[in-house]
Amino acid sequence: MIENIDLDLVDWSRAQFALTAIYHWLFVPLTLGLSFILAIMETIYVRTGKEEWKRITQFWMTLFGINFAIGIATGIILEFEFGTNWSNYSWFVGDIFGAPLAMEAILAFFLESTFVAVMFFGWNKVSKKYHMVSTWLVAIGASLSALWILVANAWMQNPVGMMFNPDTARNEMVNFWAILFNQVAVDKFLHTISSGFLLASMFVLGISAWFLLRKREDLLAKRSILVAGVFGLLSSLLVAFTGDGSARRVSKVQPVKFASMEALYEGKNNAGLIAFGILKDTNKKIGEKSVKEFAFKIEIPGLLSVLTGGDKDAYVQGLADHMFGNEKLGIISVPDKIQRGIVARDALTSYKRAKLINDTAQIEALKGVFNDKDFHNKYFRYFGYASINKPEDVIPDVTISFYSFHFMVILGFLFIMIFSAALYLLFRGTIADKRWFLWIALLSIPLPYVAGELGWILTEVGRQPWIIQDMMTVSKAVSQISTGSVITTFILFAVLFTGLLISEISIMVKQIKTGPKH
Amino acid sequence: MTFTISHLFLQHYWWIIISLLASFLVFLMFVQGGQSLIYSLPQNNLQKKMIVNSLGRKWEFTFTTLVTFGGAFFASFPLFYATSFGGAYWVWIAILFSFTIQAIAYEFRSKPNNVFGQKTFDLFLFLNGSLGPFLIGVAVATFFTGAMFSLNRMNQVHWATPWYGLEALLNVRNLALGFAVLFIARINGLLYIINSVDDESLIKRSVKRLITNSIPFLIFFLYFIVSLLVSKGFAVDSVTGNIIIEKFKYLHNFVEMPVVLVLFLAGVIGVLSGIGITILKKSVTGIWFSGAGTILSVFSLFLIAGFNGTSFYPSIYDLQSSLTIRNASSSLFTLKTMMYVSFIMPFVIAYIWYAWKAINRTKITEGEMNSDGHAY
Repeated sequence: MIENIDLDLVDWSRAQFALTAIYHWLFVPLTLGLSFILAIMETIYVRTGKEEWKRITQFWMTLFGINFAIGIATGIILEFEFGTNWSNYSWFVGDIFGAPLAMEAILAFFLESTFVAVMFFGWNKVSKKYHMVSTWLVAIGASLSALWILVANAWMQNPVGMMFNPDTARNEMVNFWAILFNQVAVDKFLHTISSGFLLASMFVLGISAWFLLRKREDLLAKRSILVAGVFGLLSSLLVAFTGDGSARRVSKVQPVKFASMEALYEGKNNAGLIAFGILKDTNKKIGEKSVKEFAFKIEIPGLLSVLTGGDKDAYVQGLADHMFGNEKLGIISVPDKIQRGIVARDALTSYKRAKLINDTAQIEALKGVFNDKDFHNKYFRYFGYASINKPEDVIPDVTISFYSFHFMVILGFLFIMIFSAALYLLFRGTIADKRWFLWIALLSIPLPYVAGELGWILTEVGRQPWIIQDMMTVSKAVSQISTGSVITTFILFAVLFTGLLISEISIMVKQIKTGPKH
Repeated sequence: MTFTISHLFLQHYWWIIISLLASFLVFLMFVQGGQSLIYSLPQNNLQKKMIVNSLGRKWEFTFTTLVTFGGAFFASFPLFYATSFGGAYWVWIAILFSFTIQAIAYEFRSKPNNVFGQKTFDLFLFLNGSLGPFLIGVAVATFFTGAMFSLNRMNQVHWATPWYGLEALLNVRNLALGFAVLFIARINGLLYIINSVDDESLIKRSVKRLITNSIPFLIFFLYFIVSLLVSKGFAVDSVTGNIIIEKFKYLHNFVEMPVVLVLFLAGVIGVLSGIGITILKKSVTGIWFSGAGTILSVFSLFLIAGFNGTSFYPSIYDLQSSLTIRNASSSLFTLKTMMYVSFIMPFVIAYIWYAWKAINRTKITEGEMNSDGHAY
């Protein structure tokens, strides 16, 4: 094992990955959602034969094109950063993680990139139907692209379908379907793509509202609001539904993350759901870690117990249960897990030593140990804990987890209201006169972006200090390169991405102001 | 009837897939090659626009192939992914950086209010076009010349120089392959422009440039190949499994795998005939000969790097840390699962071909550039 990990290196490597992921997620959701909106609009054009729908499709397609490439550009960096910055991780899980990544490229990326060329350049070269099918294939390809990387990410939250091989010192896949249909992956995929649909709907709604505010492009704006309103409302309901499912799942497979995002320190029956709260510094500690408590909260009594356990008397686990253990619930304390992890690590070290000196008896004996289910359940599943220095290190940042989760949920409900209102006003025929609503729609464009980023921050920060839950910490996963190199590339990418973002927004604003071609 | 697929078979199968992806990637880098000519080839802005638009409709194929190449390497030989990417950090970051600036340059270059101006985005295209193929060539050359790393018992990489991969630029053979890849990309770029643009004066200029790019290509390529054939190689001792230095290893690989030698020679002939018929017979179909030749040559070079008991990523710092297709691969189960997925590839290639033909049915013309369709 590589000891004496430079914490600066870990932090900068995390910062670089976070930077790339955050920028990537500024562009990808619009691609995910707008591609389906384009496909719907073009289908209406092909079915009705009305030229105005072609014009509407082409206008949004121009905006789609401006955004599309930049998502791809940031995506390739993410893919390669697994190797460049997390090389130990890449080896430790490459046998599992690499497969969905390769499938993503073979099954989805080519579909998307091939037919996007037909979509942009094929208007006068292929038949109407061929073009429409291409647009649908771009949309399907985009969502399929998201599937595989989300399967991989879900595996990091809830590792399933693998066995550790002491010879290669890595986890190896033994059940592909368990990885693909990992319930966390299913929830995550549906929640993530529907959030992209929602974001794109808000984008179309907001820009259409701007046209109405400027008393321009009345027909384009209203038709676009119709498509975006229906698609957005359905998506926002799906986001809420899958979000609820995801949170329940987290409470089962990542209870420490769940307790952190609810800022629940002591477990209890009849636990209330915090609709919103403000945290303040206190003298309270868990282990040696200071924790914040609520200065103010709006709580719905009993609801958290109902949501996670089915009735209001259900017990919801708090951070303390996991830190110190809870015999009644069969939860092992962190110090105990650390000890078990050390036993597993020592067994691996002994195995490697035996291999080095070719001690066949010892090799066979230890192989038996590693294949023993009991050893796996009692010790090996806590392998990652061997590298935890202080028990309280397993608690993620509660403040970030709590606020990111709660703001995301609040925004989620706001989106349902906005789309419902848009459709109501549209069908009443009064939307163009309700300037207050048009302003709300326009100013709401950034909000789904904020919600999406908050969701990812919760997912990733809430999992800390793990890169793979309970198996590997980020400090064990990092590539052993100089911190200076990572700082330099962080700055390079930060400047590049920021420059590109400024350029994209500027181009986008200009194209919107120019409006559709007449 | 039942039969079992061995791990060794799958390791070879996946090395073939990796080699195929690499060979298609080098062919598709005609996009980069063309980009590296955007300052010197066109006579006026219209010609430049035609060049950019003919290449711009294909950039995503190259990009996606690169992504797939990376993903397939990660999945099938993760120890290479971890070792090379996590160690030769700066080389890979430079490659990534050059592809990132390409992705947006096409879409943004001619859009109003793009903040940095068309010149900046054209510079991005030029930088990607020049650096991308060159650096990929240098990185691949280390498959034959070796890299400075060691692996510990847990297979964690330690890079032995503070240059994290940039030291590869000090090796003449690496540079030679880097330049050879750059010039073949430029040759294929010119042949592609000749094939897809309907502008007589641009075609004439492209044919002239074809001659001036073919000469350096042949020099660098021949130097690399000759030095490869006479050099020592990194072999796996069939008895102990240790890595040993073997004289003329790559020459032996060609001799011991005559099919690969035939593929290689066919590839070289393909490239030369693609260039030849364009210059001598004014043909516009040279890209298909040269393209097929590029694919065959690169494919066979990858096969001699990994097959026949050869280390495909040798360490010149700690010989026994060298990677082979056996010690760097994924497990049997993973390789087998992915093999089933890879069976879809002919279907993928078929629809790419179908879409490609649909878009290339008509050539790029001045009229199309001045119409109000989607253009870069």
